[in-house]
Amino acid sequence: MHAVVCIKQVPDTTEVKIDSEKKTLIREGIPSVINPFDEYAIEEALLTKERLGGKVTVLTMGPPQAVEALRTALAMGVDEAILLSDKAFAGSDTLATSYTLSLAIRRLAPVDLIFCGKQAIDGDTGQVGPGIARRLGISQFTYVLKVKEIDLENGKIRVERLLEGGLQIVEGRLPALLTVVKDINQPRLPSILRIKRVKNVQIPTWTAEDIDAEPGMTGLDGSPTQVVKVFTPEKRRSGEILRGSPEAAAVQLVERLLEAKAV
Amino acid sequence: MALLKVISDRCTGCGLCVKECPYGAIEVVERVAVIKETCTDCGACIESCKFEALYIERRRPRQVCDPSQYQGVWVFIEHEEGRIAHVSLELLGKGGELAQALSAELCAMVLGNAIDPVVQEAFKFGAEKVYCVEDPMLEGYRTDPYVRAASHLVRTYKPEIILLGATTNGRDFAGALATELGTGLTADCTGLEIDPDRRLLIQTRPAFGGNIMATIICPDHRPQMATVRPKVMEMPEPSDSRQGTVIREGLPASEERMLTEILDFVPNAEEVNLADAQIIVSGGRGLGDPKNFELIRELAQVLGGAVGASRAAVDAGWISYPHQVGQTGRTVRPRVYFACGISGAIQHQAGMRTSDIIVAINKDPDAPIFDIATYGIVGDLFEIVPLLTEEFRKRLGR
Repeated sequence: MHAVVCIKQVPDTTEVKIDSEKKTLIREGIPSVINPFDEYAIEEALLTKERLGGKVTVLTMGPPQAVEALRTALAMGVDEAILLSDKAFAGSDTLATSYTLSLAIRRLAPVDLIFCGKQAIDGDTGQVGPGIARRLGISQFTYVLKVKEIDLENGKIRVERLLEGGLQIVEGRLPALLTVVKDINQPRLPSILRIKRVKNVQIPTWTAEDIDAEPGMTGLDGSPTQVVKVFTPEKRRSGEILRGSPEAAAVQLVERLLEAKAV
Repeated sequence: MALLKVISDRCTGCGLCVKECPYGAIEVVERVAVIKETCTDCGACIESCKFEALYIERRRPRQVCDPSQYQGVWVFIEHEEGRIAHVSLELLGKGGELAQALSAELCAMVLGNAIDPVVQEAFKFGAEKVYCVEDPMLEGYRTDPYVRAASHLVRTYKPEIILLGATTNGRDFAGALATELGTGLTADCTGLEIDPDRRLLIQTRPAFGGNIMATIICPDHRPQMATVRPKVMEMPEPSDSRQGTVIREGLPASEERMLTEILDFVPNAEEVNLADAQIIVSGGRGLGDPKNFELIRELAQVLGGAVGASRAAVDAGWISYPHQVGQTGRTVRPRVYFACGISGAIQHQAGMRTSDIIVAINKDPDAPIFDIATYGIVGDLFEIVPLLTEEFRKRLGR
């Protein structure tokens, strides 16, 4: 069994500020971490390996410093890590990102399973997972809450998807791409021993040339969408504190909400 | 140039693909397969390769796309067992405005099995045309057949804009369809406008948990695709008298080739459709004990709302994960959001700060939730929540 996990390095907080003149994110001083949802993806890949044997490869596209996210993944127990880094990848939107990742995954073939987090907490799109699956022409299971069965021999997988109104049980062919939600498992912490061991491990970097990317398909050139403006949203006006006895406050609140025809 | 590619360091030059190719379009040069101009991208060789060295890259770089060939605003109508997702109807409302600004038609795209009632609803809510594919394979949403059906319609009829609801299945579908079409997709738009001169969809969306807004365009590719969360756009007024044209196409696929099969659906025991709820009552750490969620449930019930929770309450095992609101749970946007015993960490705010009205009930006057609350009550939730339930019950006659 070969599982590939696609991860993203993101700022360690949602409190990101923007430079109002340059309209760019101020990332300075904000530590970077593995996207929280991707930790569940790594854990699920590791659990699968523990059950079925095989190996887990983790993949990220990003600047050179994204190796730190890969090192954390190695310390959690994945077998191999690959960084996709090239100036040609800069400015990728979700279409270009899924192109780049899918080419790298092809190079890693044979691959049985691909795990992604349901979305990244910075962009919040959830589009890269489906994009990769479509490009590879494989089964796609998003918002997976539970992997019920993997039958490598017959090339089948059965999962539970978390939908708005309940749980859907779906079966499909391998290879498959899964995007996972938080409740699927409890990610392990990197062990101290492993952190030390992987500290100086050389992580291979693949460039656009290494994955045979077509010029014009990656980075800004390969991205149909363009960000034309970035701004901070209007702050919510600070509200009204309803005072008085609990009874009085409750009545005031009910009246406010009825007046606003909110209930 | 052919889209068929050879991964040269996998290829051993064995020549199996050469024998397999019906067009004589492959030859082995210096122990590596080389694809000739006569290749039709039929794919016959791919299966024959024992080393997985051949693949077809479906997207051409910078697809030549003439935007003037594309016209009309389409809304994807999501439905399950005859019931249409509210967000799809809301998008017909917004789509109508966009179509008017472009002097273009508002169309609906309906995929499924036995879809006549859905088609009629789409007309009632403003669609002038409905493009549909009706096939038993489309019973219940599945990525593969839905993308095949939709991409067939889109390639045939060329809409300039497609709007989709940002539901779980809507996102699953949109991401796959945009990739199939090789076009841009913007998730979770809260603002959609038209630049009439360039016929561009001006898309505004939050990022970084709502701390930043970004305006995004898709200038050179069509269709321009966007998803929108439930209840961001206004529900339009339906009219029984509206009629329109139905355009039907077949599904160019067969069940044997489908990748997945739906086996079962287990509905939630409790109503936790947070995405569609107009009112959400959420409880957090301040509840202190799982049985105290009963207070939250009672208030939610009187108001016809859904029950939400903070991460702390879910992690403590007091309530199940589908109830979780926040960065690692669901993002919601109800008319009224009650945060009871929730301090309002930034991660929780990321999931609810765009609610119309936020009510905070917390005994700590310094809790960050009060910074974003429309109305706040500093006090004991065990006292205040039952009082609210009682008062609403009295006033609403429930």
